[in-house]
Amino acid sequence: MKNEYVPFPSKIKEVIKHTNLEYTFRMEFNGEVKPGQFFEISIPKYGEAPISVSGIGDGLVDFTIRRVGKVTDEVFENYVGDTLLIRGPYGNGFDIENFKGKEVVIIGGGTGVSPMRGVIQHFAANPKDAVSTTLIAGFKSPEDVLFKADFEEWAKTINVIKTVDAAPEGYEGPVGMVTKYIPDLKFENPKNAVFICVGPPIMIKFTIQEIKKLGIEDEQIWTSYERKMCCGIGKCGHCKMDDKYVCLDGPVFNYTEAKELFD
Amino acid sequence: MGYQLAKDKMESIFKKLQETHDIYAPVVKKGDGTFSEVDVVRYDKVTSLDEIEWNKKSDYSFKEALLSINETLFYFTEDETTVPKGPTKDLLIFLRACDMHALKRLDQIYLDNKFGDFYYQRVRARAKFCLMGCSKSCESGYCVSMGTNKADNYDLYLKLDGDKAFVDAKNEDFVTVFEGETKQDVTPDYVTENKEKVTIPKNLSKATKDNPIWEEYGSRCIGCGRCNFVCPTCTCFTMQDIFYKDNPKVGERRRVWASCQIDGYSEIAGGFEFRKKQADRMRFKVMHKHYDFEKRFGYSMCVGCGRCDDVCPEYISHAAILNRLAKEEG
Repeated sequence: MKNEYVPFPSKIKEVIKHTNLEYTFRMEFNGEVKPGQFFEISIPKYGEAPISVSGIGDGLVDFTIRRVGKVTDEVFENYVGDTLLIRGPYGNGFDIENFKGKEVVIIGGGTGVSPMRGVIQHFAANPKDAVSTTLIAGFKSPEDVLFKADFEEWAKTINVIKTVDAAPEGYEGPVGMVTKYIPDLKFENPKNAVFICVGPPIMIKFTIQEIKKLGIEDEQIWTSYERKMCCGIGKCGHCKMDDKYVCLDGPVFNYTEAKELFD
Repeated sequence: MGYQLAKDKMESIFKKLQETHDIYAPVVKKGDGTFSEVDVVRYDKVTSLDEIEWNKKSDYSFKEALLSINETLFYFTEDETTVPKGPTKDLLIFLRACDMHALKRLDQIYLDNKFGDFYYQRVRARAKFCLMGCSKSCESGYCVSMGTNKADNYDLYLKLDGDKAFVDAKNEDFVTVFEGETKQDVTPDYVTENKEKVTIPKNLSKATKDNPIWEEYGSRCIGCGRCNFVCPTCTCFTMQDIFYKDNPKVGERRRVWASCQIDGYSEIAGGFEFRKKQADRMRFKVMHKHYDFEKRFGYSMCVGCGRCDDVCPEYISHAAILNRLAKEEG
């Protein structure tokens, strides 16, 4: 039996600094991986943290890490020219096939954009795979915006609304919560729309309320849940919601399933 | 195959078995209980039949023999990791019918919830189980209500009665050990009635989480987590990294038993906690034991051993909660 708990070393190829709190680590990885899946990233002495894949390249995976806990703090301090111990990928991830040929709306809050970045990249690179693609991304302030260079690139092929909750006077971009932009969405055929929505629990709640006002059915909505995960393989129990293990059965859920789950 | 033999002969067989087995059984730990001069019955390695506590139910379950409270997963030396060696002998674990049923639950999570667990699997593969019958019910158990009062998937059954021993050997390894002893049909003792009777709530659902019962019990619970640690079916753990003081480059990653009743269990990086209130944690535990585990795997998780009721410092009774839920939720 394979020992899933033992991590393997992975070289850090590049570090992209988005903000003081959020960096993307481009790491060496050869193997199958889907957007929305996650890895357990280790720093000996500090522990492990589940981090979702924010980009997939040839022999590479990206992890966009927010400095919020003791493991991630340590990743920030000790990355230079180094390796990290990782294991994974775990979880189901997003299935691009579910979104092809649809009117795709992707709504992300903060680091919630990370797990969806692979999906956004797919439709930005292959805009004809969808009838239309709209990205609504919300960040706390202009300083908190992630993937700045990506947004410019994506805007060339898909509709992009990059908004901030609040901004200093003179800021020229859109200001307001992501929910502000949902009522204005127009569809050729609302029945063919599909929504992907990832962010903090409170943002998901209000975003889905707005989406439902457009007459969208539950099965047209997808989300990804963030929970504590010590093992990633359905053993440690921390991520269980109802009869689902978020690490095994998620983190990506169709809303028909997600709405029934409770902590 | 059943046998009757003299206890002395059984004792010498017991000694011989130790050449190839580490034997774990409930033993009385004098004065090691929660309060001063109070004993506790826990699992430990034994070398003689007389060390085994045959009458009292163990306060902690047999799971300690399979899963340590903290278990080293691997050692770090800078970038290298080394996995500690597994058991060198087979294990023979003495347990009762309720715990034999709990074993099925441990196997479910550790061997059959999509991934297998390397550490559990390697000890489980070498573990054999000796059933201790129950000639009378313990005070707090409700195994009859849970249908866990009888077990027949044991490797060995052993009963001592005065200077006689009665054995039923199912595992081939043990059949040869008893060759030449007087054959006799031996059926394990089991209880058919408990003092504690539980009506299993059959209609639990998502709506059950709104029952005011959780606030009521939550206000009594102090979140000590003892119910989880004595439970033979609780399997949760948390990762913990340890570094040695004399050489900070060397250390180990451990997993330690976790409790869903204790702060931090559902807390994610950044500090958000999905279940902050004791009431929610109590509901999470009870619903897992009697609702969502069954929804996922097809049978109830709780085996009705009653240990959580025995250990609770606030006298919260899991059995009473179930009876109230059965009444209120149907």
